[in-house]
Amino acid sequence: MEIRNELNGQLRIVIVGHVDHGKSTLIGRLLNDTGSLPDGKVEQVHEMSRKRGMPFEWAFVMDALQAERDQGITIDTTQIHFKTEQRPYVIIDAPGHTEFLKNMVTGASQADAALLVIDAAEGALEQSRRHAFLLHLLGVRQVAVAVNKMDRVDFDQYRFEAVSHEIRAYLAELGLHTSTVIPIAARHGDNIVTRSDKAPWYDGPTVVEALDAFRPQQAPTELPLRFPLQDVYKPDDRRILAGRIESGRLRVGDTLRFSPTGATATVVSIEGWNHSQPIVAAQAGQSIGITLDKRIFAERGHVAHHEEGAPHVTHRLGVRAFWLTSEPLAVGKTYTLKITTGEHRVTVESITAVIDIEDLSSTPAKAVHRNEVAEVVLRSRSPIAVDLASTLSRTGRGVLIDGHDVVGGCIVVEVDEGPAASANTTEVSHAVTADERNAANGHKGGVLWLTGLSGAGKSTLAMALERALFDRGWQVFVLDGDNVRNGLNAGLGFSAEDRTENIRRVAETAKLFADAGVLVIASLISPLQADRARARAIGGERFHEVYVAADLATCESRDPKGLYRRARAGEIPEFTGVSAPYEAPESAELTIDTGTVTPVEALGELLDYVDGAFGRNALKRGRV
Amino acid sequence: MTADLDYLESQSIYILREAYNRIDKLALLWSIGKDSNVLLWLCRKAFFGRVPFPVVQLDTAMELQEVYDFRDRIAGEWDLDLRVEPCPPEADMDQTLPPLTRAAARKTEGLKNLLRAGKYQGIMVGIRRDEQATRAKERVFSPRSLEGDWDVKDQPAEFWDHYKTRFDEGTHVRIHPLLHWTELDIWRYSKREGIPIVPLYFAKDGKRYRSLGEKNITFPVDSTAGTIDEIIAELVVTRIPERAGRAMDNEAEDSFERLRSSGYM
Repeated sequence: MEIRNELNGQLRIVIVGHVDHGKSTLIGRLLNDTGSLPDGKVEQVHEMSRKRGMPFEWAFVMDALQAERDQGITIDTTQIHFKTEQRPYVIIDAPGHTEFLKNMVTGASQADAALLVIDAAEGALEQSRRHAFLLHLLGVRQVAVAVNKMDRVDFDQYRFEAVSHEIRAYLAELGLHTSTVIPIAARHGDNIVTRSDKAPWYDGPTVVEALDAFRPQQAPTELPLRFPLQDVYKPDDRRILAGRIESGRLRVGDTLRFSPTGATATVVSIEGWNHSQPIVAAQAGQSIGITLDKRIFAERGHVAHHEEGAPHVTHRLGVRAFWLTSEPLAVGKTYTLKITTGEHRVTVESITAVIDIEDLSSTPAKAVHRNEVAEVVLRSRSPIAVDLASTLSRTGRGVLIDGHDVVGGCIVVEVDEGPAASANTTEVSHAVTADERNAANGHKGGVLWLTGLSGAGKSTLAMALERALFDRGWQVFVLDGDNVRNGLNAGLGFSAEDRTENIRRVAETAKLFADAGVLVIASLISPLQADRARARAIGGERFHEVYVAADLATCESRDPKGLYRRARAGEIPEFTGVSAPYEAPESAELTIDTGTVTPVEALGELLDYVDGAFGRNALKRGRV
Repeated sequence: MTADLDYLESQSIYILREAYNRIDKLALLWSIGKDSNVLLWLCRKAFFGRVPFPVVQLDTAMELQEVYDFRDRIAGEWDLDLRVEPCPPEADMDQTLPPLTRAAARKTEGLKNLLRAGKYQGIMVGIRRDEQATRAKERVFSPRSLEGDWDVKDQPAEFWDHYKTRFDEGTHVRIHPLLHWTELDIWRYSKREGIPIVPLYFAKDGKRYRSLGEKNITFPVDSTAGTIDEIIAELVVTRIPERAGRAMDNEAEDSFERLRSSGYM
């Protein structure tokens, strides 16, 4: 779904459906019967079919690749132009095979409307449903259904109505509007361009008539302004902010606010090249460049908008996501979320539900596998300017990137505005704000998470830091891994699940303390990256990880509690460092090697860090 | 009404700006044909008058004289950073390719030399989906392997204008800002904007070039269209494919697919 002006007559149609239900054949027939094939194409297809010992294969018109023709399946999406008497079309063929879902998504995302092809004998199989669900997520709202291969069921009206009823009910549940369900036999051209005499009981439109009834997508010019920046150019003494208006309108003289920074400035000019007259206004769909009256900090990813109707700015989002890669999406994992041109590192806080494509029921899950759709909560360390997809679809959706690849897509269904603007949430608002607490305490609340092997010196360091900060008048408290096991987590053992739950509870408790304005020093071995990532997701940007490093030999020689000796003797199973792994942090905010510095030096380093991150200077920086 | 041209233009500018922001070392391939002329024009719009990267012509020394004349005039007038990359001789090509396809493969090898020498990470090419069936399967940002190969069976997901812009060391990406345009769009836009055109596209003695390529493997088609308006009128009714005058496309069922898989534009 790309922005187009309503004056453009061209419509983009994606053909979707289960593998082998006849999508490519339908398209071949459609092109032929509307006289849209170039001269010589039919002869070419005859030759290709003959060579492979097959009867005339319409699908070869579309399937351009050798592998596609040899295997008789569509692998990748393709596009082809054709015309009806009413207007020009681009037909997007999307593969039905589950292996190629990313190609289907690529094709379908560009469509104004969709034609869902279903085999009359087989009904709406898994991929038909999955495609319908993805159409809904991709924002394709207009759908017509073609029940194909009616010749194989002798144009039986009752069979047609059964299939029709089933798919209409499914689409309605997704909120997709189905205008039409058409009985067709694509191979023979029944009800494609000309009305078939084999189904006299059917008086609805043909495929071409159904296509002609679709409306083009319109650029959302009447919605609030969203102008995400793509780049900043300095071709001469001008400083031009370039980007595309995703919704709304913008005029010279408008005051713009930029999110998430909050900077404001007035539009001095809309720059152009090869324009005879100055440009005074621009609207959704246009790629433009503007200059401002003052030099503000603005860069790629920032979103310009008017004072009224601003986007949400948040650290926590509820999204509906579809997953396209074999490595599953999992709680605690970190990805890059890209919304228009803005990129944010996000951690998966929780997976609320995986949706069953068959009956649309939801089940909680720990991971989302390839081709699945799920409700997921993401937490970002940087503030994200975003909209709800239901209000502004173009700035309310994004892709998830892992390493070099786009691995999934998502639409925003819920935004957590945080304590500063919690009016829209059901949580009770505090009468005292976080800023007030920080000002009263003279420092920020937060979580300092000390991780490291047993014997690395975490507890010693934590207690010394608590003493030093308390003496300076700080609100500070140590949550020690061993101590919480006597109370809060008394019921938990040392199985993998219990250790994960132990850490989750400590992280949630630490967050509450931090909300109350306290600097929490959490001291836990917390050996697994995933568990710490989850703790970070819970703590948000106030979470700072400190790796108390000391090599195993050093820790073992210290052995203050005699645990290594017992572990080596086999008395303690799954002891971190001996019989269970310790995953060292890759991106801790601070690393202190207690094997190479004295305890006094270690405390000094830690105090310096805490001062910078949570002390008075940090407060000032936070306000600028 | 030309509102649809505004949309095409805006989409292409968006793509050009994404490429310029995300890809470190870029070059634009200029065949000097109608499509890459439009592409250059769009660059000047996107970047406010200048083309901020090198413009490369893969030269087989087999282009028609009018093409070279046009190249030299425009490169000067538009202040282009023009680089001419000579292509290796036909004798060096894969001899299993049909003869005409082999001639076309010279450009692939020229491009590989360019990539090696210039260490380019992104190459912009003015191909369109409606030209040819394998081009219809292309992505806007289309990654290539170290050898320049196109893995058509495993292309990246590309939706909502989010493109693949991160790559392994040593590979490159082809960027196709005109993928969504048609031949007719190119002519209508050239007319609206007044973009200069190589005169070979206009009919002389009942023939014109509909698609420009090397003189040994490209032939003019029957036509009386002597102006852009007449070309537009001709295209609205024709059922002859655009590349009918490109001999290499029709040598074998898969000749063009083989060319493209190994790195042809």
